[in-house]
Amino acid sequence: MERRNFLKVLATGASSLALEGTVNPKSLHAQGTGEKDEKEFLGVLVDTTRCIGCRQCEAACAEVNDLPAPDLNDEHIFDIKRVTSETQYTTVNRYQNKRGDIYVKTQCMHCNQPGCASACLVSAMEKTKEGPVIWKTNCMGCRYCMIACPFDIPKFEYDKPVPKIQKCTFCWENALKIGDMPACVKACPSEALIFGTRRELIEEANKRIYEHPDAYYHHIYGEHEVGGTSWLYLSAVPFEEIGFRNDLGTTPYPKLTKGFLTNIAVIDLVVPALLLGISYVAKKKNNDTAGEGE
Amino acid sequence: MNGKGETTDINNLRDFLTFFRRSLRPRGKNVFTPFNVITVPVILLGLVIIVIRFARGLGAVTNLSQEFPWGLWIGFDVLIGIALAGGAYVLCFIYYVLGYKQYHPIVRTVVLNGFLAYSFYAGALLLDLGRPWNAFNFLIGNKFGFSSVLFMVAWHFFLYTMSLLIEFAPAIAEWLGLKRAWKTLNTMTLGAVVFGIMLSLGHQGGVGGLFLIAKAKIHPLWYSEFIPLLFVVSSVFAGLSMVIFEGSISSRVFHDRMSAKHRESHDKLVIALAKVCAGAMFVYFFLKLLEINHEDTWSLLTTPMGYWYLLEVVGCTLLPCILFLQGAQNGSLSVIKWAAVLALIGVVLNRINICLIAYKWYAPVHYYPSWMEIVVTLTVIFTELWVYRWIINRMPVVSESPEWAEEAH
Repeated sequence: MERRNFLKVLATGASSLALEGTVNPKSLHAQGTGEKDEKEFLGVLVDTTRCIGCRQCEAACAEVNDLPAPDLNDEHIFDIKRVTSETQYTTVNRYQNKRGDIYVKTQCMHCNQPGCASACLVSAMEKTKEGPVIWKTNCMGCRYCMIACPFDIPKFEYDKPVPKIQKCTFCWENALKIGDMPACVKACPSEALIFGTRRELIEEANKRIYEHPDAYYHHIYGEHEVGGTSWLYLSAVPFEEIGFRNDLGTTPYPKLTKGFLTNIAVIDLVVPALLLGISYVAKKKNNDTAGEGE
Repeated sequence: MNGKGETTDINNLRDFLTFFRRSLRPRGKNVFTPFNVITVPVILLGLVIIVIRFARGLGAVTNLSQEFPWGLWIGFDVLIGIALAGGAYVLCFIYYVLGYKQYHPIVRTVVLNGFLAYSFYAGALLLDLGRPWNAFNFLIGNKFGFSSVLFMVAWHFFLYTMSLLIEFAPAIAEWLGLKRAWKTLNTMTLGAVVFGIMLSLGHQGGVGGLFLIAKAKIHPLWYSEFIPLLFVVSSVFAGLSMVIFEGSISSRVFHDRMSAKHRESHDKLVIALAKVCAGAMFVYFFLKLLEINHEDTWSLLTTPMGYWYLLEVVGCTLLPCILFLQGAQNGSLSVIKWAAVLALIGVVLNRINICLIAYKWYAPVHYYPSWMEIVVTLTVIFTELWVYRWIINRMPVVSESPEWAEEAH
């Protein structure tokens, strides 16, 4: 374990996440939250005040996921805003601002209660207990997850006969599952990304805001947005100035449909009985008036 | 040239195959009718496009994008198709549950339409699915997504198609002369109808419910918690408007196949249905008002999106509502027919708005369908019409049932 990487993991709980790389994921919840079966979600804190726009995270991401390597020397790449795509799970954008250039990394936010996972009719999108939201091959390609995601993250391979939904996996298979940390965090030279449990990251973010009240806009994006996300952001300026939506609300996305689904269950139970009753009464009435023509 | 003449007794599979082969032969003397001349090339072209779609992926033939994952095939085939096929459950409620026997002549046509519509939309849906070989995972339990509105819609949709088949099955039995099967099938009808109505309420509302989760992406004038309820109510008048509109066409096209009784009763039924439409549309309009008030989006009405909204809600809902009332009052079938057309446009606008136009209204680049998407949509519709014509010309749908079936009623 390099010393450099060690700093990217918060000292307490998560450091026992075995930076050696071979620890049973079970040990992740060994750091007593009191509840045995409840794992704490892991997350990443992105401090945009520290990001230098080197795009090493993009390169590392492309490498571990077998995606086309980005050209890191191309300065013009910042001229237009790049969203993630089926071949780029993460992108860094530049926002020119009164505070100078601000670089913002985007990728899947890994919501605590993901809209995509609740929308999937075959549970092909899944929120793991550890935090990552991952895609499974029993997907039928309906693309409802793309409609449901408030951040427009799931991307579909339109040009393939056997398409997949592609997005950031939080390095679940290649790192988190075996106790390692995501490739982008490892690659970050300026400690703009730090990895830990969500609870610790929120504490750290609050601490930074408290200690440097002038350096930060006093809000942690992702703490409450859409019910909370595993990836959290700090910024020097209001978040809408660096490409974030501030109108998403704090309601977890599955809640938007929960009430409706309950109503349908009630309708399915009540309606047949009601209809049979009406039909019975109507038939009786028709029999009583029978003989007066059809 | 009537259905009764061909109904021979079928005792074994060979009889059936002979019978079936005979029934495949075209009925008309002239194969080059305008309908055939237009539809056959379109269907052939559509089939070529479908092959390309499976060989090279959805991107090769559609304008779908990461921003707009649902396009014409979902918006038109599924959303609009389901709404327009709503006539089947409404009419079944009137005929089987409320027991208004005078609707007897049109129930079968409408149920057949419903069944074909659902079968073909499911087919069209398979074209749109990226991984259609997994399409039945929701049925076989290669995981159940219990928290998904789409899961609920898919199950309701599937079971409803089955219940429509059961409702129509007696007509198939009459055609084949299967007397014993006919009896059994008839006893299943009421059950199928009752569950069919329940399933319809579920999936009609459900297709609206799909968009509840896209809260941040749909223009506030169209988004509200009322969407599922609005979809159900609009499916009532959309379905009936379709019945009225279709009736006016097929009474011309299938004139010879229709029994005198059928033709005679048609006008009276249309007037009654127009009243039901007007009622449903009034409720719908009122709900829309309630929605605006509830969400407090009055100020948005004076924006460009607001004018577009008013065109849909006032021009194509309130106006046809009034026309329906007027037509029913004066007994004017042509006014009713035009009201039905306007109402259908209104529903088409509404569904297209929710899934394409008011959806990501803020996006700089908007989706519009490619010509190939349009051709495939036409292919689906035309193929459905071919199958519809094939069935109408053979089975007792608009024509009288065979005598043995009439007697047993």
